[in-house]
Amino acid sequence: MKFIKFLIVGFIFGIVLTKSEAVSWYRIYEMFQFQSFHMYGIISVAIATGIIGIQLIKKNQLKAIDGTPIVIKDKEKGSARYWIGGIFFGLGWGLVGSCPGPIFILLGAGILPVILVLIGALVGAVLYGVLKDKLPH
Amino acid sequence: MNIFFQTWPWYISGFIIGMIMLSLIYFGKQFGMSSNLETLCSMSGIGKKITYFNFDWKSNKWNLIVVLGAMLGGFVAVHFMSDPTNVSINPKTIEQLATLGIDAPNGKLAPDVLFGNQIFESPKSILILLIGGFLIGFGSRYAGGCTSGHAISGLSNLQLPSLKAVIGFFIGGLIMVHFVLPLIF
Repeated sequence: MKFIKFLIVGFIFGIVLTKSEAVSWYRIYEMFQFQSFHMYGIISVAIATGIIGIQLIKKNQLKAIDGTPIVIKDKEKGSARYWIGGIFFGLGWGLVGSCPGPIFILLGAGILPVILVLIGALVGAVLYGVLKDKLPH
Repeated sequence: MNIFFQTWPWYISGFIIGMIMLSLIYFGKQFGMSSNLETLCSMSGIGKKITYFNFDWKSNKWNLIVVLGAMLGGFVAVHFMSDPTNVSINPKTIEQLATLGIDAPNGKLAPDVLFGNQIFESPKSILILLIGGFLIGFGSRYAGGCTSGHAISGLSNLQLPSLKAVIGFFIGGLIMVHFVLPLIF
């Protein structure tokens, strides 16, 4: 039962990303061509909602569902990993038009060739695991 | 009822995505999809050979359940909540795609040229999808997050590292769409 809430959140996430068409290759292409506000609107409103929500959580020191204080971890400091990793990710995002969430959502929707993107992504994650200590972070 | 079938407006979609991130925080977790890639690697037992994947993947089971839910959501949305007016992108974008030989959406989420089942017979298309996936997997783990972990979660928490990553995402995406895609197609 404790997992059902995650199933529901995921279910809503899958529907919203599909119905907003953020999972669409076309929408990502259109975004990178600056030919529509749609994707920028989605991302900005999501962040604005998040900023307000997190400020409220911090200000009121809200507790999590299990009664423990909510702690939101800061990202590790650094630069190289964010710039270089980010650019690698962006190249892939622009090419196949899906980030990790949409890869799974599109697979669930039955778009079979996305399995190749998932295989590629797993190989990429493995390679990062192998090279981690040799890469600048 | 029309709203269920139309493209959902950005202000509603963005708000719900923000609320999804906040509810995961309330559940004591964080919103991030690309860490599931690591969890799947770890599940396969690869941690015996590569220490990076040697962690207790069961502690991330909740996130795999989110993924399962998302897959079900994608299935329901595509099969029961779609209509041919969907994915009505800018006509200029459609024209541009036509010059590259990429088919127009006409209600579909992804072009047949890249995601139709016939691509399994084309080594070039197979390679494109594998390489694209590789860049996504390698890049998101190197950067420690993707659109959900950095763009939404990180920027919502005003994290400078996430801003760097997101600018990186856009540099990469712009290079791909403006300079590399025209060479491939």
